[in-house]
Amino acid sequence: MDTTVSIAGVEFKNPVMTASGTFGSGMEYCDFVDIEKLGAIVTKGVANVPWPGNPTPRVTETPSGMLNAIGLQNPGIDVFIERDLAFLKQYDVPVIVNVCGKSVEDYLDVVERLSDTNVAMLEINVSCPNVKEGAIAFGQKKEALFDITKRIKAVAKQPVIMKLSPNVTDITEMAKAAEAAGADAISLINTITGMKIDINRRKFVLANKTGGLSGPAIRPVAVRMVYQCANAVSIPIIGMGGIASAEDALEFIMAGATAVSVGAYNFINPYAVTEIIDGLEQYLKRNGTETVRELIGCVK
Amino acid sequence: MEYRKKETTYVVSQEELSKGIYDLRLQTPAAAYAKPGQFVGLYPPSDAHLLMRPISICESDSVKSELRMVYRIAGEGTRLLSTLKKGDAVSMLSLLGNGFPVSAAAGKKVAVMGGGIGIPPMLYTAKQLKNVAAETEIYLGYRDGDTFLSDEFEGYGTVNRVTEDGSVGYAGNVLDAVSERGFIPEIIFACGPMPMLRAIKNYAEKINATAYISLEERMACGVGACLGCVAKTVKKDAHSHVNNTRICTEGPVFDAKEVEI
Ligand SMILES: Cc1cc2nc3c(=O)[nH]c(=O)nc-3n(C[C@H](O)[C@H](O)[C@H](O)COP(=O)(O)OP(=O)(O)OC[C@H]3O[C@@H](n4cnc5c(N)ncnc54)[C@H](O)[C@@H]3O)c2cc1C
Ligand SMILES: Cc1cc2nc3c(=O)[nH]c(=O)nc-3n(C[C@H](O)[C@H](O)[C@H](O)COP(=O)(O)O)c2cc1C
Ligand code: FES
Repeated sequence: MDTTVSIAGVEFKNPVMTASGTFGSGMEYCDFVDIEKLGAIVTKGVANVPWPGNPTPRVTETPSGMLNAIGLQNPGIDVFIERDLAFLKQYDVPVIVNVCGKSVEDYLDVVERLSDTNVAMLEINVSCPNVKEGAIAFGQKKEALFDITKRIKAVAKQPVIMKLSPNVTDITEMAKAAEAAGADAISLINTITGMKIDINRRKFVLANKTGGLSGPAIRPVAVRMVYQCANAVSIPIIGMGGIASAEDALEFIMAGATAVSVGAYNFINPYAVTEIIDGLEQYLKRNGTETVRELIGCVK
Repeated sequence: MEYRKKETTYVVSQEELSKGIYDLRLQTPAAAYAKPGQFVGLYPPSDAHLLMRPISICESDSVKSELRMVYRIAGEGTRLLSTLKKGDAVSMLSLLGNGFPVSAAAGKKVAVMGGGIGIPPMLYTAKQLKNVAAETEIYLGYRDGDTFLSDEFEGYGTVNRVTEDGSVGYAGNVLDAVSERGFIPEIIFACGPMPMLRAIKNYAEKINATAYISLEERMACGVGACLGCVAKTVKKDAHSHVNNTRICTEGPVFDAKEVEI
């Protein structure tokens, strides 16, 4: 039985990763999860300088999901390299760094700072709905996405994953723009913009008014978008959105994802990622399937 | 030693302590490690309500391996928790947060202050302070004469009940009672609504005392990963490198001087 997959020449023990912003840099979950068991660890978005993020409340529950408006709080790339990457060095696990910025120059700055580190891949977040400038602006217009992808590819030493927003009319247009500009892979979906109102206080629950919806509530939307993109581009896809079990992960893989990420569900079950890896192996065994790779996009 | 896991615990007992306020005891080895001021995350028994509900530890019995939580029904999650019966399973994430620095009270004059549903964690705190502090005065603030839990504080210090409507004990808020008694604490341990904590922060600065206050914020992960539960800090926080600190991890208990509330 073989659970390995590869994306842009990077080998992964298995296709199960953590979704950016839901697993810190692993420190917070290493009491729960054997980090080396993971296919890869995808870190919280990092910018060129520290970002304070949004005011609170930043999170709230919604039916089978949650809204967040963290606003990409992060300590900046210098601290990230000194502390988070140094921490992750002790583990034999590929590290994918999620990069955010307000301008193209911000992104390029971070990408360049990471060029002489041993991170496996870069994931470019052009799809965060919770910051006013930058981020999602690059992910909602195909011309802007093409441009930023091209400029990042020109300086990046590691393979580049463009993380797409579901908050668009046609996500395949974005996937095609990323591919045309040279992206090595795409990941989707980031959160879906939502809102919750407290009817007793007659106020928005989140200080930011809107937040990004994630968790099982968004899973069918995410599976559909992965399927559409898989049929529109030939670069590999990392699928995510509400994955809670091996069965959920298999839906994404069969829809066309080469790998999957587990996000909000880490909060609900901190053992989720390892249970999903075990569950995938059991599925392969039970069905006499030799490799996980033969399941990728098997549903047409 | 740190105790950090999500586990299935079992309900030893649950009863309605007073209107809408529940007293829940759970069987868990976490009891041997729990510190006052720490909290647990209880997952409501539901597929729609996925996030854990942060609830403070009210008491811990390491011999019986029992944790006690006292909570108020505030919404659907706590309502679902209130339906749990003896023997029912409930998922719990623990132990979370730092807890009150009880040893900082060694040989000092201490005020323990609790307001409303902030009173439960102060019971375990007062109990632990008993053999540490030189003198302990306990101030428990309630809206009205429903002074739940207050009898259980007897024996841990001088218990002062304070009610907003003046129906029991001192009338007004906890600080009104402190000044009426003329007690000047060197150190304060407090949990309660934000206006009370703000007043305590100002009061402590005025009398040059140290106040440790327990803060609340909406949480998702409870373990420091999501950055959902931050409080503003006066200085740059060592973890975040901005003026934000994680209530679930660096807190919920803070030296009032260090947070902007
Ligand atoms: C560290 C800490 C300790 C706490 N200790 C206690 C305690 O000992 N006893 C007690 O009765 N309550 C305590 N609370 C408050 C308790 O967590 C909330 O009342 C509870 O989460 C409400 O859930 P709900 O589903 O009933 O309400 P809803 O309003 O329906 O909840 C919706 C969402 O908002 C969150 N939420 C709502 N109110 C609060 C709040 N005040 N603080 C944090 N999250 C909130 C919920 O967790 C949930 O995710 C504590 C909170 C914190 C942060
Ligand atoms: C609290 C929180 C923080 C997040 N932070 C980031 C981030 O920094 N960068 C990013 O690209 N995506 C971020 N995301 C989006 C997730 O990586 C993921 O795309 C999305 O939540 C959908 O997956 P899920 O339903 O499994 O959570 C965040 C999501 C959550 C819930
Ligand atoms: S609740 Fe996630 S960081 Fe505190």
